Amino acid sequence: MIWDISLHLMDLAQNSITAGATLVEISIRLSSEGMLAITLTDNGSGMDEAMADKALSPFGTTRTTRKVGLGIPLAKQNAELTGGTFHLTSSHQQGTRIDMTFDTRSIDCLPLGDIPQTMVTLIASNPVSPDFVLACASPLGESSLDTRVLKQALDGVMLSEPEVISWMKDALTEETQPLFGGILQ
Amino acid sequence: MKTLAELEKIRKDTLDRINLRKEDKDDAIRVVVGMATCGIAAGARPVMMAFMEEAGRRNLSQVHVTQTGCIGMCRLEPMADVLLPGQEKVTYVHLNPDKVRRIVAEHLVNGQPVTEFTIGTAEGKTNG
Repeated sequence: MIWDISLHLMDLAQNSITAGATLVEISIRLSSEGMLAITLTDNGSGMDEAMADKALSPFGTTRTTRKVGLGIPLAKQNAELTGGTFHLTSSHQQGTRIDMTFDTRSIDCLPLGDIPQTMVTLIASNPVSPDFVLACASPLGESSLDTRVLKQALDGVMLSEPEVISWMKDALTEETQPLFGGILQ
Repeated sequence: MKTLAELEKIRKDTLDRINLRKEDKDDAIRVVVGMATCGIAAGARPVMMAFMEEAGRRNLSQVHVTQTGCIGMCRLEPMADVLLPGQEKVTYVHLNPDKVRRIVAEHLVNGQPVTEFTIGTAEGKTNG
């Protein structure tokens, strides 16, 4: 069971990494009405139309170890359960974009979860490529993080260094918690 | 407030250590955590975070934590492989952050695999 939205993001971002993306952009926007809009865009290998259709089904997978692939269908189900939406657009060799909305007023809406931990584990376990961009916005303000900027400041020191991991964790917590406080947990 | 200036300070502080390490690449320890849907749903993210933080706390800068997809044994997730130089791969199953702390102390630091958490022990029990 995937029990919060940050874990769905972790899971979906893994697809981008597997697709060979060099840039993964995640945007999380909370409206004053309580609609949470999440977009994940990558420049990975993308899918043709038939594969993109199949990806929405639990029985569509590229894997050979078994016949099910649950990541995308579960995220879609959890978005739609709240009355929200899920759209996947992809073009072969150009990348994939996922747009999800969650109505945070719905009793079925999952908590947003630990966005900092999702970002830190994604970044630190892929310190070279892809680059990640996180953009967050809510009626209380906005914040962003771009690993290309961090790499420039670090000038050769890896994003997986323990001190950098701890810096990213603190920075992301400081930046995102005030924006989404109420729906984080 | 976290600033980029702090990152530059981190860069200066860690550069010496990193240069030292480059000369001794053979001591790299690899930890590979299963991060497919099954792993994530079973709790792989806090497990990966625990490996990173515990290695950092003990200054084990030769430890590299990376990820892999589903290897087809979803019921045993969260799983991780630990590869020490010159030793056979050890696969740990049903992990949680507490188990990770023991693995870091006993296996990564002292070179003694925590047999009770390995796939051999887990599968031996269910089959036997």
